[in-house]
Amino acid sequence: MPYGKVAENVGNKTIEVLEEFGKVTGLGWETVKSIFRGKTNLKLTFDQMVKIGIDSLPLALVTSGFVGMVFAIQIAGEFVRFGAGKYVGGVMSIGMARELGPAITGIVVAARVAAAITAEIGTMQVKEQIDALKALGASPIRYLVVPRFISTSLMLPLLTILADIIGFGGGYLVATCLGSINPVEYMSTAQQMLKTWDVYGGILKTVIFGMIIAVIACYKGLTTKGGAKGVGEATTSSVVTTLLTLFIVNYFLSVLFFK
Amino acid sequence: MIKLINLTKYFGSLKIIEKVNYEFRDGESVAIIGPSGCGKSTLLKLLIRLEEPTSGTVVINNLDVPKLSEEGLIGLRKNVGMIFQSSALFDSLNVYENVAFALREHTDLKEREITKIVKEKLRLVDLEGTDRLMPEELSGGMQKRVSIARALAFEPKIILYDEPTTGLDPITSVNIEDLMIKLNRELKVTAIVVTHVLQTVYRVANRIVMLHEGKFIEAGTPEQTQRTSDPVIRKFITGGL
Repeated sequence: MPYGKVAENVGNKTIEVLEEFGKVTGLGWETVKSIFRGKTNLKLTFDQMVKIGIDSLPLALVTSGFVGMVFAIQIAGEFVRFGAGKYVGGVMSIGMARELGPAITGIVVAARVAAAITAEIGTMQVKEQIDALKALGASPIRYLVVPRFISTSLMLPLLTILADIIGFGGGYLVATCLGSINPVEYMSTAQQMLKTWDVYGGILKTVIFGMIIAVIACYKGLTTKGGAKGVGEATTSSVVTTLLTLFIVNYFLSVLFFK
Repeated sequence: MIKLINLTKYFGSLKIIEKVNYEFRDGESVAIIGPSGCGKSTLLKLLIRLEEPTSGTVVINNLDVPKLSEEGLIGLRKNVGMIFQSSALFDSLNVYENVAFALREHTDLKEREITKIVKEKLRLVDLEGTDRLMPEELSGGMQKRVSIARALAFEPKIILYDEPTTGLDPITSVNIEDLMIKLNRELKVTAIVVTHVLQTVYRVANRIVMLHEGKFIEAGTPEQTQRTSDPVIRKFITGGL
């Protein structure tokens, strides 16, 4: 392919991505405005909190527990070799609170919830139910996006707190049982090294992750075109876009919060 | 009264409707015919701003639809019921909740009063006792009836039907047509029916227009349409288009 054509394609793709970014941001802004205007449907929001929070709980906890265990077994051996075994608890606590807890919960919820939100709203879109909502004088943002936005933004931090605890606990079990780490030292270094901001910063990140997941997933659903194939494509695109965005945003938030 | 003034709609470079001027009078039942994909459904969506016109305007009861504020648009949509081709019932809500949807959304009525209205609308469409059924438990004809009941919840003065009998068996189609005739007669609503099913057109419409290559062609009453010498309409009704 000639270089000119490649450059043109790259340019077009960049414009497309920027346009989409603008539209997603616009939807986010409209959603926030709608929340402040009031009249949030509490029943729908509560239903979504159950769907998003409670139903994601087993997956988030099992994943974070095992990631915590793997992380502990990797660092325990190396730290003991360098005579720094007592710091395993401290590193585990910081790692879980700042990065692993928020990231794992964000990824798990993004994969599970973003797919579900996009598939549901996308199906409504192709079956004319979104048009029907509008024709009945209802706002799809108020009726569909706001409850999901509030639910993911509230439930993700709660899931993260539990994931942090389970991950840290899993690390404790592995480090003390298999990694010859002194349990008292594990806990005391964690207490010394972990700062309040590490926990708050990690939780704050997940509030932002929750907003991103809801807005991207709802946007992808609302812009679904075609039939079943369109819903499938929108769902895949939703998960990929959400995950990529989370990884990128996570980096910048980590630099901002913890550097 | 609904007026289309120089109404034009393009999707990219694809012409759907071009500079259409037309008037739908109060209380009449007008059928818009034309082959699939000619833009009939888009026209209905333009009337309640589910689509934005490229240029021109729609005026309903002296309201300039494209210029309405968000609140104005909600007010308009409460007065215009729309029946979608796919019925478009909300999957996650049962029949009762579907019909009650707009009442819960826009009024402070007590549940007892909402129940009364829902039951009355379901009776009107001969679907008493189906309140607790979910949409997937209903036949295509029943779904269509529920969507009519839902559209009637606010007692609109205008009803837009998008392919109301397409895909239904002949007996169910006749039942839906009977219901449309009954609503028109009893509730004195203005009905705009978009369809390519000629039996429906001849039974429910007082007046027929054809959408062809983005323009309206007046076909007259059902009797006049059947005797028309217009080559485009002739070709469509005899199956040549």
